[in-house]
Amino acid sequence: MSILIDQKTKVVVQGITGRDGSFHAKAMKAYGTRVVAGVTPGKGGQSLEGIPIFDSMSEAVERTGADTSVIYVPPPFAADAILEAAYSGIQLVVAVTEGVPTLDMVPVLRELANLGTRLIGPNCPGLISPGKSKVGIMPADIHRPGPVGVVSRSGTLTYEMVYQLSRHDIGQSTCIGIGGDPLIGTNFIDALDLFQNDPETQAVVMIGEIGGTAEEEAARFIRERMSKPVVAFIAGQTAPPGKRMGHAGAIISGGSGTAAEKIKALEEAGIPVARIPSEAGPLIRKALGL
Amino acid sequence: MNVHEYQAKEVWKSFGIPVPPGEVATTAAEVEAIARKLGGQVVVKAQVHSGGRGKAGGVKLAANPAEAREKAEKILGMEIQGLRVNKVLVAPALDIAHEYYLGIVLDRKAQLPLIMISREGGIDIEEVARTNPAALVKFHFDPTVGLRPFEARRLALAIEPKPEVAFQIAAILQKLAVAFCKSDATLAEINPLIKTPAGEVLALDAKLNVDDNGLFRQKTIEAMRDLTAEHQEDREAREVGLSYIKLEGEIGCVVNGAGLAMATMDLVKFFGGQPANFLDIGGSSDPKKVVTAIRIITRDPKVRAILFNIFGGITRCDDVARGLIQAVAETGVKLPIVIRLTGTNEAEARELLKSQPGLTPAESMDEAVKKAVELAQA
Repeated sequence: MSILIDQKTKVVVQGITGRDGSFHAKAMKAYGTRVVAGVTPGKGGQSLEGIPIFDSMSEAVERTGADTSVIYVPPPFAADAILEAAYSGIQLVVAVTEGVPTLDMVPVLRELANLGTRLIGPNCPGLISPGKSKVGIMPADIHRPGPVGVVSRSGTLTYEMVYQLSRHDIGQSTCIGIGGDPLIGTNFIDALDLFQNDPETQAVVMIGEIGGTAEEEAARFIRERMSKPVVAFIAGQTAPPGKRMGHAGAIISGGSGTAAEKIKALEEAGIPVARIPSEAGPLIRKALGL
Repeated sequence: MNVHEYQAKEVWKSFGIPVPPGEVATTAAEVEAIARKLGGQVVVKAQVHSGGRGKAGGVKLAANPAEAREKAEKILGMEIQGLRVNKVLVAPALDIAHEYYLGIVLDRKAQLPLIMISREGGIDIEEVARTNPAALVKFHFDPTVGLRPFEARRLALAIEPKPEVAFQIAAILQKLAVAFCKSDATLAEINPLIKTPAGEVLALDAKLNVDDNGLFRQKTIEAMRDLTAEHQEDREAREVGLSYIKLEGEIGCVVNGAGLAMATMDLVKFFGGQPANFLDIGGSSDPKKVVTAIRIITRDPKVRAILFNIFGGITRCDDVARGLIQAVAETGVKLPIVIRLTGTNEAEARELLKSQPGLTPAESMDEAVKKAVELAQA
């Protein structure tokens, strides 16, 4: 098994005729993902390497039975694309688009909660269940099927960690990049909960970074609710303070958000924290009893 | 993106928030003329993208136009947190009966805008949050609905018991909520909001931070960008789409992706070096970005070695290699360069770099960082 996507997942690509959309639609198809449709308003009736293109999501879902969508549309139209997917009955929406205005996401997240649609991202690399399905932009060949779940706020740092795991012969059940934006659909706790309930996943690597308090909340969740071992890494120990946080922004988080505080919270919850990326592989091997 | 106080006040005005009169000047002579026009005592305020302007001596009272000129001569050209003051705001010095705090931020946990207001304004609000959290009244609102009038009145009455004053604060708070949403703000703050002895309520200060992702539809605010208020390297980096933050170390870092860039800096420190910068060349692989990156890094005299850590995904390794070759040719950089390339088009990149002298290749991130630290210390 795996979480969220597997060989049965039927994917529709929103923005399939754009530069990134067409490139990654082909790459996903080549990996074995069931890419059943593409959508670009005004390009209905065309096709891309055998993938039929529709004008609307509702038509694409009706005609192909797609259950998952991946979004490559430009930032000004991304919020609308997410909602179009949700209202056409899509269960899982993966928004790769980087640069979506933060305030656009406020109403979107509330509507998705009402509709019961899961969103990954925006500003994320997507997710992959190695050997089964890839919905996103990650380089596929660094992944190996196996027992470790990976969840991360980052893109390339996730690739680095997966690369390190694969080099230590540790395969992955599913790797999810949840996205680097302040407002995202699926957070660490959501992903950890899914991994906890997935029989195939035996351990999890969680990759966090400075800003916000998501890692601290995840630490509490892991301690209270997870039986599977988790190994963490936090990026940004040398990041200068106050570079991105506004004056009042520091207030809500109670002055938190530094790597040191996150590492402390994780270690206090009994979670091993890799000091450097190359320590994660050995720590996971130990956690798996290998 | 940050805007200056005087620009944020223009935004406030456009949403109907009362602000005191005032004008911006770039020379002491202009300051004197504005002071004469305003009449009476004035305040001269440095316009820089930095907090703590008052403490740094960037805000001064002047009793008359001649004194305003004198004060302006001191403030114009001074540096506050490394930023040169090129502009001052000249405004009448108002009598203040009370100072309040109004602020709106985006609360990422609640996924909603959060209003924070306090009867205690004009001081460091983080200090209030720490020492007297009960003095801070908080309220989330839904931007699709906006802040309702009754909600605004209830909040205002929590910090001001006199209804005739509280209702002025409520009206301002409602307008600030509209300004926050319509400006794609991440922070909108009035500190202090003042009550004059006559009972009139005004925004004496203004702070507005705008979401960079919203700038494509905020043309008025985008046009407020003050190129002279940015460090040269920050501007160059922004113009080609790099994210760059200068640090104090000796190892220049060129990385793709923010997370990997941070992890690379951390690793430099772990292996005994100090990073000279945070630099993310971003997702696309325009060789121009690499050229600009090298140009910015080599301008820092502290840098002793350059470290490339590239994990190709969307970014193609061969494009980075081409940029590197071009950068070496254009800048004549003599510093040792360690390069680690993994991922998309890695083999093509290796082929391109084979005949390039002065490069130290590395197979892994650990190896690359260790080599860079060694070379920087050699």
